[in-house]
Amino acid sequence: MNSTPIAPTLSDRFWRLANPKIFMGWSSKLLPWIAAAALASLCSGLIWGYFFTSDDMRQGSTVKIIYLHVPAALMAINGYLLMFVGALVWLIRRQHVSVLAAKAAAPVGMVMTLIALATGAIWGQPMWGTYWVWDPRLTSFLILFLFYVGYIALWAAIEDEDTAADLTSVLAIVGAVFAMLSRYAVLFWNQGLHQGTTVTMADGAKQENISDAFFQPLLLSMAGFGLLFLTLLLIGTRTEVRARRLKVLQARERIE
Amino acid sequence: MIQLFLRDIGLSVRSGGGFGLALIFFLIVVTLIPFALGPDPSALAVIAPGVLWLGALLACLLSLDRIFGLDFEDGTLDLLATSPLPLESVYMAKASAHWLTTGLPLSLAAPVLGVLLNLDYETGKILCLSLLLGTPALSLIGAFGASLTLGVKRGGLLLSLLVLPLYVPSLIFGAQAVRLAGQALEYDVALVILSAISLGAAAILPFASGAALRINLR
Amino acid sequence: MMPDLGKYALEVNSSYVLSLMALGVIAGLYVKRNRAVRRVLAELEAAQDA
Repeated sequence: MNSTPIAPTLSDRFWRLANPKIFMGWSSKLLPWIAAAALASLCSGLIWGYFFTSDDMRQGSTVKIIYLHVPAALMAINGYLLMFVGALVWLIRRQHVSVLAAKAAAPVGMVMTLIALATGAIWGQPMWGTYWVWDPRLTSFLILFLFYVGYIALWAAIEDEDTAADLTSVLAIVGAVFAMLSRYAVLFWNQGLHQGTTVTMADGAKQENISDAFFQPLLLSMAGFGLLFLTLLLIGTRTEVRARRLKVLQARERIE
Repeated sequence: MIQLFLRDIGLSVRSGGGFGLALIFFLIVVTLIPFALGPDPSALAVIAPGVLWLGALLACLLSLDRIFGLDFEDGTLDLLATSPLPLESVYMAKASAHWLTTGLPLSLAAPVLGVLLNLDYETGKILCLSLLLGTPALSLIGAFGASLTLGVKRGGLLLSLLVLPLYVPSLIFGAQAVRLAGQALEYDVALVILSAISLGAAAILPFASGAALRINLR
Repeated sequence: MMPDLGKYALEVNSSYVLSLMALGVIAGLYVKRNRAVRRVLAELEAAQDA
């Protein structure tokens, strides 16, 4: 491929970044910077949020949970989106790195979903008087969690790596369609049950209440969660690339 | 394709595995519910739509791994892959055979079992209709899940794990329609969306499943 | 230094502790597996070169 005299186009250059060897190169250079940025923004955002914000009039100090809850929820959804894109790129362009990135994203996304669910439940107890309500948002997150579990389980169950990559990608794409569908289904379901409960009102109030004083640290911790996700994604993908190479070498050794 | 369809129906009726088993399982689930929740008729009538839908859904799960499992083991599927029939059609034939042998009998049995749970006649009709519209989606999604877990040894549990989250929309709208009908409210929207899910599944999943089958047969 | 969290101190603190623990655990697992795979791979490559 390198011997072709034609100058590489921009898209060639972009896809070359996904070549495993080149990926290992640039990711190892980039990783310390992203990790440092993640740590810095996460720490400053959370410390700002925890120590230096005032309490909300209605929610008291529980408003501080928002600095964990919202970023985690954001990354839970973006994680699935990323898996979807990774799966598509793998099925269309057969870029190993992309499917390995999807594989590495799944456990992090699952943990983010768990954090969002757990902090939501802890916040809900004093605010709504219960840990869990079958509110549309909560329910969709529970379903999202199940999708993550299924995806990870399918990866673990299939021995052959390429087959596993293909099948999990098909699952991720079908799952994304059904996750969207579930989102709307759940909305319909709960509205049908009881319209305009205190739950949705509290939810709405939460949105209106975000003033700048709350918003700035929130933005910072959102960036922190995002960068942390990226850091773990890069680490995980690098691990998977190496693990893949390890398998190949071991197989070769057995033949020799 | 039609021959394959007929053959699958014949097989499942004759072997007695999927056909009767799903119905009996459904009956047992419905029988166990009053034991768990108490025999109060008005309380049973409230939960009946959900219980019947859930029971039908679980009964549907039972026979899913048989859809492709046996044919994969004895090599029939490899032969089918080399035949001029595309794997998408194989999937459709098998999913429809599965529906005809589980979804259809379950839908027809549900109103009868509804009597046990104090479900009135009118609601029973809607229950039957909602199951008729909704169970095709269950069979289609289930067959897709089965094609994904084809190569996995003892994939039954994994199959349920993959398939159950995908069943959520159908379950929501199906049970919702029956519940609304029970309260004498408008239920058309839920039924329309339920059939839309079934049709959408029939439009998209053959390609996903065909791809999964090809990957597994590689 | 500690902010006054009022009557919700338990909720706020527990959610911070739990979330940071979860993030710590997943990050730890990723780094640990990364190191393990890198070590085994390095050993194998060294053995093959030799």
